[in-house]
Amino acid sequence: MKRKYDVIIIGAGPAGMSAAISLRKLNLSVLVVDEQPAPGGQIWRAVERVASSATGKILGDEYRAGETIALRFRSCGAVYEPDTQVWKIEPGWNVFLKHNGQAEAVYAEQVILATGAQERPAPFPGWTLPGVLTVGAAQILLKTSRQIPSEPVWVVGSGPLPILYMAQLLRAGGKIAGWVDTSPPGGWRKALPWAGAAISDWYEIGKGLTWLHEIRKAGVRRVRGVTSVRALGDGQLEQLEYTQSNGSTVRVNASVVLSHEGVVPSIHITQSLGCKHTWSTQQSCLIPVLDEWGQTSEPGMYVAGDGAGIGGAKVACERGELVAIGVAARARRLDSAVAEQRALPVREKINRLSRLRPMLDALYPPRADILKPSDDTIVCRCEELTAGDIRKATAIALPGPNQLKAFTRAGMGPCQGRQCGYTISNIIAEAQQKPVAEVGFYRVRPPLKPITLAEVASLNTDEG
Amino acid sequence: MFKKLPEPLSSPLTLYIDGQAVEAERGETVAAVLLRQRTLASRTTPVLESPRAPFCMMGVCFDCLAIINGEASIQTCLVTVQDGMHIERQHGRRSVTS
Repeated sequence: MKRKYDVIIIGAGPAGMSAAISLRKLNLSVLVVDEQPAPGGQIWRAVERVASSATGKILGDEYRAGETIALRFRSCGAVYEPDTQVWKIEPGWNVFLKHNGQAEAVYAEQVILATGAQERPAPFPGWTLPGVLTVGAAQILLKTSRQIPSEPVWVVGSGPLPILYMAQLLRAGGKIAGWVDTSPPGGWRKALPWAGAAISDWYEIGKGLTWLHEIRKAGVRRVRGVTSVRALGDGQLEQLEYTQSNGSTVRVNASVVLSHEGVVPSIHITQSLGCKHTWSTQQSCLIPVLDEWGQTSEPGMYVAGDGAGIGGAKVACERGELVAIGVAARARRLDSAVAEQRALPVREKINRLSRLRPMLDALYPPRADILKPSDDTIVCRCEELTAGDIRKATAIALPGPNQLKAFTRAGMGPCQGRQCGYTISNIIAEAQQKPVAEVGFYRVRPPLKPITLAEVASLNTDEG
Repeated sequence: MFKKLPEPLSSPLTLYIDGQAVEAERGETVAAVLLRQRTLASRTTPVLESPRAPFCMMGVCFDCLAIINGEASIQTCLVTVQDGMHIERQHGRRSVTS
C-alpha cells in the first residue's frame, strides 16, 4: 500500500520546519523527509543536541535560536523521517525515497522543496587535495562534532560565512594563520546604494562588524587584493600559494585551507522536473521561477527557503510560512480571501528582511577566477577533468553543457554536476562569447542521488 | 587535520578504521572522525586513484565516500557513528560485487 499525504516537505531546515508547523496548524497531513539525522538544516545543524552546550555559546544566539523552532517542529504532528534521500519525483506527485537500503514511493497532493542551498563551487588548482575543505564544512564540524583545525588554518574567500566562522573559531580557541580576503576592493563604495537599508537594519550590520572586530582584535593577518590561489602538496595539502593584484606571489605552509565564495540555491530537483528557472545576475546562479505563493511553473510543486534564492535563515522561515498558506489555499483547506489576508504580513516581513541582501551580493561577488579557472584546475571533481580538458572539448563543435557532458563525462560522476555545473557553463560561455544565462545548465535527470540495484529492487510497486 | 574541543559530553564509542580502533562521540558523523586521523583521505578516486577526503560535509560533493560495514561508496558525512562500526578507506574503482 502506497503511503499518502496532503503534503510532502523535502528538507527540515528553517523553511521546511516552518512550513510543516504552519500546515499542521491547518490540519493538513504532512511528511517531512530529511537527508540529515536531525532537524535544523545546515544553519542549525545538531541544534537540539548542541544549543545548550558550551559549543552552542561559541556558535552564538542566532544558532541557538534554532532550538525553539526545532522543538515546535518536533511536536507539530508532522511525520518526520531523517536520514532519508529523495532520488526521483514523478509528476502527480510520487516522491521516491531511500532510507537504510530501502526504497519507497510516497504519494502527495502537493510537494514543498525546502532543500536550501550549497556553497558555490570555487575551483582552484589543488582544491581536491585532502586538507582543503569549504568554510561551511568546517563550521558543520564545529556544530556537529565541536571540532576545529588542530593547527593555524588559512581561510580563503569572502562573504558573511567566513567572517562568522572565523569569529566562532577564535572564540573556540582556534588559530587562524591568515585570511586571504578575495572580496573586490572598494566594497563599501559598491554598498553605498543600500546605505539607507543598512541604517535601518543596523542590528544586522552591527553583527557583521562585531565579528570583524573579533577577528581584528585577535590580530588575524588579512591579505587583500588576492586574484588567484593554488593549493600544493603530494597526496595531502602542504602549501598554499596566492597571487595578489600587483602580481606578487607568496607561498606559505598550510595543513588546512578553507575556501568559500558564497552559496547558491540547490536546483537539482526543480531542474529535473522541468520547472522554469531564471538567471540571477545579482547572485550569479539559477533560481526557480515562482509565483507569489512560492509555487513553481509546475502546479502543486513549491519551493521555500534558500532554494528560492539566497535570503538567509530568517527569510527562509517566513517563506516556509508563506508557502504553507499557499498550499493550504490550493488544497481548499483555507479560504482564498483568508489566505490573502494571512499572507500580507508575511510578505511584508520577507521584504523587510530582504532589504540588505542586494548589498551583501554587491559586497561579496564570487571572485572572477573561479568562473574562468586556469587550464590546470580540476573543474569536475568526480571525473577529474581540468578546465583545459573542457576548453579542448568546447573547440570540437559549439557544444552546450549536455553535449559537453557526453564528450567528456563532466557531470556524470556521483555528485551529478553539483560541483561542476556552473563552472562548465561559465567556461562554455567564455569560449562562445555568450552570456552564461544563455548557455544554461546540465539537463538533470533521476536518480538525483546514487542508488543501488538492490535499493531499486526493494521499491514498493503495488499501486494500491 | 582537525581536533576536538575539550568538552566531554558523553561516553565515547569505539569504531574501527581499516581495523584500527578509534574513539568517536555519539551523534557525530563518520566523516568528522576521519578528519581527526593522520591520513585525512577516505578514498582514492576511480579515475586517477588520487586521494580524497571529506570536503563539503553536507552531502553535495560525494568526496567522503568509504566502505561502512562492508557497503561501499557510502557518503560518510551523512552517516552517524555507531558503536563497533567498521570503516574501510575505499581504493580506486568499485566492482559489482563489493
